[in-house]
Amino acid sequence: MNLFEVTPEVLCPNRYLQYVTHAEVGAVTLFSGIVREWTNGKRTLFLEYEAYVPMAEKMLTEIGADIQRKWPGTRIAIAHRIGKLQISETAVIIAVSSPHRQIAYEANEFAIEQIKKLVPIWKKEIWEDGEKWVGGQTYKPL
Amino acid sequence: MIHLYYFAQIKELTQKKEETILWADGTVAELVKWADETYPGFTDYSWQVAVNEEYVLETEQINPGDTVAFIPPVSGG
Repeated sequence: MNLFEVTPEVLCPNRYLQYVTHAEVGAVTLFSGIVREWTNGKRTLFLEYEAYVPMAEKMLTEIGADIQRKWPGTRIAIAHRIGKLQISETAVIIAVSSPHRQIAYEANEFAIEQIKKLVPIWKKEIWEDGEKWVGGQTYKPL
Repeated sequence: MIHLYYFAQIKELTQKKEETILWADGTVAELVKWADETYPGFTDYSWQVAVNEEYVLETEQINPGDTVAFIPPVSGG
């Protein structure tokens, strides 16, 4: 019922929007994470994303299951792109549907926070004068 | 034998994405010791370890046939 993928293909929002839409749905939130040109005054030329694909897809599936436990009645589709991405391209799409809008907003935000914390995906910023793997948040298992 | 995966900055240190090594038995901590001897500077990086696609602690046992990944701080999204 849910859809989770990590792919080198261009992400098309409609695919995920349609996937979560059905007769019980009254609201869909669609989040797109976009490649930004300027970060802290530094200009990015492009990004390279890499993933541990089987584990990343498994963890996205777990995030989806968590969301459905916390907010029954939701449906979730998440896609993350890997490879070389240009400025303004879409790196991640999260679609969450629900009978009412409040839960669709909350669950969508929960999904992106969990992805940034847990899912084994990495981005490298490439600048005019160098490059760096971005090490955002560190997860420590208990 | 166990199969190892390296990603992002760790992959650049080891200069390989993956490899298979001989392994009788031991913990994650013992594998980390091996990695630091094989790739000087390995423990200067930060990472979590996943065994068979699950995050584990350094006390976790690694058995022949397992897949072990070194996961640097993630930055998806």
